[in-house]
Amino acid sequence: MTVTDDVPVGNSAPRSGEPLVELVDVQKWYGGLHVLQDINLSVGRGEVVVVIGPSGSGKSTLCRTINRLEPIDSGQILVDGAALPQEGKALARHRADVGMVFQSFNLFAHKTILQNVALGPIKVRKQAKDAAEAHARELLDRVGVAHQADKYPAQLSGGQQQRVAIARALAMEPKVMLFDEPTSALDPEMIKEVLDVMVDLAERGMTMIVVTHEMGFARTAANRVVFMADGRILETADPETFFTHPESDRARDFLGKILKH
Amino acid sequence: MEDVFSNFDLVLKAFWLTVQLAFLSGVAAMLLGTLLAAMRVGPVAVLRGVASTYVTLVRNTPLLVMCVFVFVASPNLGLFVDTPFLLKGTIAISLYTAPFVAEAIRSGINAVPVGQAEAARAIGMTFAQNMRHVVLPQAFRATVPPLASTLIAMTKNTSVVAVFGLTEATARMRDFVNDNADDTIAIFLVFALGYIILVELISLAALGLERHWKAAR
Repeated sequence: MTVTDDVPVGNSAPRSGEPLVELVDVQKWYGGLHVLQDINLSVGRGEVVVVIGPSGSGKSTLCRTINRLEPIDSGQILVDGAALPQEGKALARHRADVGMVFQSFNLFAHKTILQNVALGPIKVRKQAKDAAEAHARELLDRVGVAHQADKYPAQLSGGQQQRVAIARALAMEPKVMLFDEPTSALDPEMIKEVLDVMVDLAERGMTMIVVTHEMGFARTAANRVVFMADGRILETADPETFFTHPESDRARDFLGKILKH
Repeated sequence: MEDVFSNFDLVLKAFWLTVQLAFLSGVAAMLLGTLLAAMRVGPVAVLRGVASTYVTLVRNTPLLVMCVFVFVASPNLGLFVDTPFLLKGTIAISLYTAPFVAEAIRSGINAVPVGQAEAARAIGMTFAQNMRHVVLPQAFRATVPPLASTLIAMTKNTSVVAVFGLTEATARMRDFVNDNADDTIAIFLVFALGYIILVELISLAALGLERHWKAAR
């Protein structure tokens, strides 16, 4: 499979009815706390799903189960038809195909920006250094931080770091991208630059699962909104329906709290 | 006084052996210690157990006892029978020092934010790649001061092998003292200064590394 910058980033055009990510009856406990309860979710190719909900609702945990940064206790998670492997090399291969962007960026602090983006392709995909770095520069250019390539992460602003983190995930040419509250650690004036990159990604056809509080992004870019509370998915709807006519009391209550200001 | 200066080549030769012991043991202890630290934080339960047992056993054993094992006891087990004394000394000192290195590195690993390792896993790195390219390079930075202390202690610990027929600095000092009972202060000063210079080199190297890495982030 080759992906160049000229074609959409997704591996294939959106095809409805063929889920890329599937969660079936997923359960997870932290000790006595049932943090994920009966989670069933299916995300199609090229689809952008936004997961929202109050803190402690399990939305970040849900996101992190998809590349098994959080193991689940029962149920099944399938990516591109294949069940999530247990620990080991097979899991590493799976993770290479699932991009992840963290709330706290987590750029490698001892590597330059360019090295951050090229490291995975070189070490995991075994690409030649020159080719990997050339591709890394293209991606940095695309997210607007090409001129920072030789700096270290601590020298960049939060918004720049998060855009680099997106480029680092994209460099692996993932089938799906997970975003775990990508703008929650950012100063307000930097949120837009990150969201713009994400909207661009969505428009290029990337399959995305985005945990966020950014309702604007949900309205612009999401195909579906998933509302979670207390470890359960309470509602799934298209953004327009969800924001104007939420079904559950919890969702109405939640939207009332965040949209009033 | 006369004796120690007129035979200064013997002093230098003895310190050269100390340097060889310290260098070889330092390299071996760093390698073994890093391996032990990686085993202790790794995903394989058996290796975690092996590493922590080794750390507990060896860290709680005096170096002199470890030397008795390598020089005296192990030949009876058929181990290290024709091994040169320098190598035996290196083996004893590095086996003894490795757990201290391992614990210093483990403290450094714990100081690396968990998000660094998570990000490495998220781009598909295996545990070994994660350690090699992301966690350990950062752990070593946080580990420089305690590692320097460990290596300094090790350098001075090389004096223990004087008991086992290796004429390194302390053994040579003992010879000088035996032959010149009225000059012991001068002899002591010469050898103490030698150790101070060696140890100071390690401190300076550590300081240089700290400065270098502080600049690079």
